[in-house]
Amino acid sequence: MITLVRRPTPSQFWSYATPLLAVIATMIAGGILFAILGKHPVEAIRVIFWDPLFGGNASYFRGQLLVKAGPLILIACGLAVGFRAGIWNIGAEGQYIMGALFSAWLALKMYPAESHWLFPAMIVLGALGGFLWAMIPAVLKVLFGTSEILVSLMLVYVAENLLAYMAFGPLKNPEGFGFPGSRNLQDYPSAFNHELIEGTGMHWGVVAALIAVIFTYGLMHRHITGFRIRVAGEAPRAARFAGVIPARLVMLGLGMGGAFAGLAGMFEVSGPSGQITDSFNVGYGFTAIIVAFLGRLHPIGILLAGLLMALTYIGGDMAQLMLGLPSAAIQVFQGMLLFFLLAFDVLTNFRIRFGRVAA
Amino acid sequence: MTELLKIDGLTKAYPGVVANDGVGFSVRPGEVHALLGENGAGKSTLVKMIYGLVKPDSGTMHFAGQSFAPADPRAARAAGVAMVFQHFSLFEALNVAENVALGMENPPPMRQLAKRIREISTAYGLPLDPARLVGDLSAGERQRVEIVRCLLQDPKLLIMDEPTSVLTPQEVEILFHTLRKLSAEGTAILYISHKLEEIRTLCEGATILRAGKVVASCNPREKTARELAELMVGAELKVTDRAERKLGDVVLKVSGLSLAPLSQFGPSLKDLSLELRAGEVLGIGGVAGNGQEELLATLSGERPSALGTVSLMGEDISGLGPNPRRAKGLLAAPEERLGHAAVPAMSLTENAILTGTMRKPLTRNGFVDQGAAKTFADEIIQAFDVRTPGSHVAARALSGGNLQKYVIGREVLQNPAVLVVNQPTWGVDAAAAASIRQALLDLAAKGAAVIAISQDLDELMEISDRFSALNEGRLSASRPTQGLTIEEIGMMLGGAHGMQEAAV
Ligand SMILES: Nc1ncnc2c1ncn2[C@@H]1O[C@H](COP(=O)(O)OP(=O)(O)OP(=O)(O)O)[C@@H](O)[C@H]1O
Ligand SMILES: [Mg+2]
Repeated sequence: MITLVRRPTPSQFWSYATPLLAVIATMIAGGILFAILGKHPVEAIRVIFWDPLFGGNASYFRGQLLVKAGPLILIACGLAVGFRAGIWNIGAEGQYIMGALFSAWLALKMYPAESHWLFPAMIVLGALGGFLWAMIPAVLKVLFGTSEILVSLMLVYVAENLLAYMAFGPLKNPEGFGFPGSRNLQDYPSAFNHELIEGTGMHWGVVAALIAVIFTYGLMHRHITGFRIRVAGEAPRAARFAGVIPARLVMLGLGMGGAFAGLAGMFEVSGPSGQITDSFNVGYGFTAIIVAFLGRLHPIGILLAGLLMALTYIGGDMAQLMLGLPSAAIQVFQGMLLFFLLAFDVLTNFRIRFGRVAA
Repeated sequence: MTELLKIDGLTKAYPGVVANDGVGFSVRPGEVHALLGENGAGKSTLVKMIYGLVKPDSGTMHFAGQSFAPADPRAARAAGVAMVFQHFSLFEALNVAENVALGMENPPPMRQLAKRIREISTAYGLPLDPARLVGDLSAGERQRVEIVRCLLQDPKLLIMDEPTSVLTPQEVEILFHTLRKLSAEGTAILYISHKLEEIRTLCEGATILRAGKVVASCNPREKTARELAELMVGAELKVTDRAERKLGDVVLKVSGLSLAPLSQFGPSLKDLSLELRAGEVLGIGGVAGNGQEELLATLSGERPSALGTVSLMGEDISGLGPNPRRAKGLLAAPEERLGHAAVPAMSLTENAILTGTMRKPLTRNGFVDQGAAKTFADEIIQAFDVRTPGSHVAARALSGGNLQKYVIGREVLQNPAVLVVNQPTWGVDAAAAASIRQALLDLAAKGAAVIAISQDLDELMEISDRFSALNEGRLSASRPTQGLTIEEIGMMLGGAHGMQEAAV
């Protein structure tokens, strides 16, 4: 018989060990999945985890790693703040789109401006776009007690439709020969988020992600505000006793998530993507939820988890290309990671005891 | 067969403490046996092992002549052991019969069950209406639900862990009546309480634990309460010293305060007024659930009241939240330790930060100073004799009484101008309760004003200068405690709160 015994104090060891265990379990379960699909499991795992870093074309892929990890880390840091407080912002994808739309709108409006102020102004507008989009579920929750989970998620679909409308309508490139999509910001020096060091994939968004990691660490683990946020997630009544005002907490939790997601959208549209198109978003906002949990809602953990997830993105693409794995299989693979993490999480708070007890 | 339960060499260690160390004792059928001991002595751990909730590291148990090692509570129940916990596990939105059914392995049809509940509860003098919502019941009535749930299983041994800490004196009397009847029918009762007078009236045998070991067993009727307490502590007991206090100016003034209920089933506060002087202790008596929690929440600032209703040293603070009030010197300690006064999963150091940042330099420019917080936590542990391996331990690993000492200590050591405490000695052992009361008196002697909300009238008589009763959300006018008789207090409390014992 197996019994779970609650630990009086959560285990430090297991809180570090479970993410590793989850990664290993995912590799095994993923391997089985790939085998069922008729691919060689070890080969597939190697293509996903090894080749992008050390394989033949690794020098190109290593740059991609930072490009993909940047937005994931940035968004996950913001989400972690809300999650710690027990505020479940599922709509980062929408906030990410809005950040991109706001900043691209400004850049295109000013076209072809030549100004050092344009890029900083786009950053501000990107953050603002995501923040305002997140304020919709926040205000509705505070005023009417609606579920932020549902509202923020639904707003993703609204944002996606708005994105498509903008790409085909108001922001469409007037010189684009009728093709959907905006002007490419990569050809627009004042607005272009260029690579900082050639070939590394390092752009301003990656810098922002690193700053976000440090900022979130200071806020959540050194500052009294972060302490109160954590208390609110653990014991809401104790939080009120400690002076936390629930409405403000909701605003802060959703607001930070929104602003960080908006920033990520801004750096993406002005850099790697370059363009507002209807397929601009690729799910960073959703994957960041996995990143946040995989990283234990801790900024340093998120940094590592972001890199790992970026690797599965790139490796997944490669596996699609080289082994013909369906993209859904890759998504299942990523989902497994979160699933196993949550399952193994039990070990942090519980001890497993084996063996029958004499009755 | 002379012994129903026989325990030998039972040992259970937790990280950093040995909660039970070779404990042995026995209980005869029909015996009412007390388990005594200081906070953290290991009483709860011991009964949890008997009930199958905790597995012993070593040692043996025999029940009704058979070797006994319950793997889980279900096995213990099947063998004839039942337990009533201090914290009720009832659903407020369900009715009595539904709650009882939820705790049974194969509940009979509802109608039949309701009938059984009615029979059993009247037979034992615990009248219960099976159709009433639990949310509408008083603490005493809720406990009846738990007891009746146990009695339906026809137990041979009934374990009660601090059953009376939430009851009024009248309710206690009714409970004792029931327990005596059960005992006369042959049911053994294992009874844990810190109220030594109760133990002396109820129990025929007692086992005394200290630091996990049995240090004595005796017949409590042959000892005085003081002797029992000294056996528990292993030292002489101090009497609280009520130094002459000088009353200062009015520091806290509440006028015309009304408040909507906190929860669906809670009472509202109705037009409360009170005045409190520096150096004074105001005792507020009454049964928990009559607005005690609400009063504390509104004074602490968790539920601010209408403007102009609460003023501190002449300044209207009605609209302020908890932290601005703390900064001005108004501190509070709620009665619910886990989840309200303290965060269960957080360490004692972090729990010091919870309320300590406004009056102690625990932060610098908003950043937490871990070193200072740990020093403060250690200071509380030291000054209030909190038994724990250290300040890194999570709050939920402390025994009930020790966490209570920590919570009160945290507020007292912040030198409040006004301190509001609710049930300050709930579940605290006699010696520790005395030291908490002494700390409150010392605080007042230093010029602070104290509001002590408690159901324990003896406690209030011991420490307070004036007494008010809080009943159904209304606060009576206060009267000096000196010379107040029990009858007068009874009048102020408005009778037995609608609880009657059925004719048995
Ligand atoms: N789950 C646990 N993990 C770690 N230590 C524990 C746990 N439960 C109890 N302890 C420790 O075991 C000791 C005995 O605790 P127990 O709860 O049995 O005391 P008690 O006699 O019931 O005290 P009280 O009168 O305060 O309720 C205490 O030192 C306590 O800190
Ligand atoms: Mg106990």
